[in-house]
Amino acid sequence: MDTYRADVAHIGKSVIIKGELSGSEDLFLDGEVEGNIDLRNHNLVIGPNSRVRANVHAKDVVIHGKVDGNITGVEKVELKKTAVLNGDINTQRIVIEDGAFFKGAIDIRKTDSKTEPVRATAHAAAASPVFSAPVVNAPVASPAGIAEKK
Amino acid sequence: MSTAPKARALRSNTPNLARSALGFFRNIFGGGAAPASASGEAARIPRRSTGFNQFTRTILRPDGQKILDLGSTSFNNISFLTGLGHKAYNEDVLAAGNASRLVIPGEEEGTKTVDVARFLAEDLQYDPETFDAVLMWDVCDYLPEPLVKPVVERIYQITKPRGALLAFFHTREAGAEAPYYRYHIKDENSLELQQGPHFQLQRTFQNRHVENLFHEYSSIKFFLGKENIREVLLLR
Repeated sequence: MDTYRADVAHIGKSVIIKGELSGSEDLFLDGEVEGNIDLRNHNLVIGPNSRVRANVHAKDVVIHGKVDGNITGVEKVELKKTAVLNGDINTQRIVIEDGAFFKGAIDIRKTDSKTEPVRATAHAAAASPVFSAPVVNAPVASPAGIAEKK
Repeated sequence: MSTAPKARALRSNTPNLARSALGFFRNIFGGGAAPASASGEAARIPRRSTGFNQFTRTILRPDGQKILDLGSTSFNNISFLTGLGHKAYNEDVLAAGNASRLVIPGEEEGTKTVDVARFLAEDLQYDPETFDAVLMWDVCDYLPEPLVKPVVERIYQITKPRGALLAFFHTREAGAEAPYYRYHIKDENSLELQQGPHFQLQRTFQNRHVENLFHEYSSIKFFLGKENIREVLLLR
């Protein structure tokens, strides 16, 4: 799903929502949400400026921004290279780009025999839009140690 | 191309191949930045791993095991583990342990240390005996000193009895500036190394240090790894 299309509902980066966010159309979210997001059979893109503290349920979930909460993607979850996710993922297929930060558990739901196997799909870093840099932390000098110091 | 020209070409390329091989080994744990790929990402360097092969054997059956990966987020690793039918957990301990929020003043004026209590309150928060296996990679070599023992103790607590742990340790020959590499699982026999975010090598462990650090584990097995790395498979 593109990050912006005319037939996709759009929540801009200055919007702050506290509570339940639900809908029956695809959504591009670039603002802040605290609570729950439930789009069931529709797609959700969490934009690069977005800050979400919520459990998320949608068909396909694409994350560019920062999320604290559990993600249920009925079909697929994608973590783009700028994504920072603290929470568990439950989905059938997952794509994670190099540079994405993820802390949590991934539970891949098995599909029935007629559909594709459960395996995670190949990542597609080259196709990602360019946003800010991934999380990198500076090292901390350490005092005297257990083992031989360098 | 006929066979003879192919053979000549091979002979004429031999010095280049030798130089390439030398560069390859220099790049791994010996300094020197890994070249970037066309997409701008650091190139991945393949490496066979006996330790990982042995680790994989411990997690083949049954399905549904809980495996904790303490390295940087890697799609390959998640794909491999979930492909075996397991539940993959990821927690980048080095990123968490080096976070600026954990830096606090040390006991001596002007010094800094790490807030171990806060780290343990916010990270590696799992019920006792949650995991069937843990991939620690070479995290111990890069962790800030105050965190090493607490992290090892916490991992012991959250691992099931007979659960496996795979850890790597640099040898002294790796040098003080050995760059940090992310480990991506290629298959059950091999890994791919990709130069990752900058973390300073904090120490090198001798075998007895490793044994002391993991003294609570019931079994410890060392593998002579390549490129200045020892691989260690432990069973809780």
